[in-house]
Amino acid sequence: MEHITPTRVYVLVLIALLFLTGVTVLAAKIDFGSHVINNIVAIAIAVTKATLVVLFFMHVYYSSPMVRFYAIAGAVWVFIFFVIGFTDYVFRGVIGIPGI
Amino acid sequence: MHREGIYGLHEQFEDLAQQKESSLIGMWAFVAQEVLFFGGAFFTYAVYRFMYPEAFSYGSSLLDVRFGAFNTVVLLLSSFTVAMAVRAAQLNDKKQLVGFLLATLFFASTFMGIKYIEYSSKYEHHLIPGINFDGSHLDFDNPEKVELFMSIYFALTGLHGLHVLVGILILLWLIPVSIKGRFTSSYYFPVEIFGLYWHFVDIVWIFLFPLLYLIGVS
Repeated sequence: MEHITPTRVYVLVLIALLFLTGVTVLAAKIDFGSHVINNIVAIAIAVTKATLVVLFFMHVYYSSPMVRFYAIAGAVWVFIFFVIGFTDYVFRGVIGIPGI
Repeated sequence: MHREGIYGLHEQFEDLAQQKESSLIGMWAFVAQEVLFFGGAFFTYAVYRFMYPEAFSYGSSLLDVRFGAFNTVVLLLSSFTVAMAVRAAQLNDKKQLVGFLLATLFFASTFMGIKYIEYSSKYEHHLIPGINFDGSHLDFDNPEKVELFMSIYFALTGLHGLHVLVGILILLWLIPVSIKGRFTSSYYFPVEIFGLYWHFVDIVWIFLFPLLYLIGVS
């Protein structure tokens, strides 16, 4: 009925997560020339780690389409929330809205 | 194997497969809601960091990376032990199930212990906004902006810590129920649903660690 993940998969995911934690600490010490690049690297590593947790620890890789839909929904909505929110904060001064 | 009642098939479901799918979707809906809840907190962080990048870098350098990194490892290990606990339940292995849940409880408590040490040191250094924040000894021109960073640090890690605490309470219920042998390979959804919650808490920390501790390093 359900999928039972082999221990080997869990151990490999754990090793990958610990390895990426080390990478993120080291990457923060490197000066890429701009904080923006440091930031993109840090977020990219965090997203990779979160994806590994969601796919394997949270079994989404083996789940039904309905569960996958719900799993993706949270990420999609928070993305929309950030895009619309930042559009406001970043461009407020640019357009010169009266009263700000 | 097929029991009914609280620890088996609930009467509103056709069979255990349908019951399991419903529990999982319900939990994922809750997790999606939690993503948006923390999303608001992360957005606050992002907006203020966008406005005061130097104050955030300076504030971040006041945090101890070693504690943050250690806690990241502790939470990753706890995520692994929860995943193994679910697997043990699926395999009907009660001994392993109890063992892995106890290991998770150990890691969760370790996390809270480290957090306590960190918060205490922030108190000693007069860095807790609203309680004893004193920016006069800081080597930064606008200490009130550093105070803003510390407020966001405590809001984010406080909310996250609260979730860890709730996880510990759920574990304190799951462990005795597991010892009684209530969870079997046909009915283990509470363990799996707790697992989803716990992995989500781990994911929040995966983002909090670089965003709070590592932006003042370089």
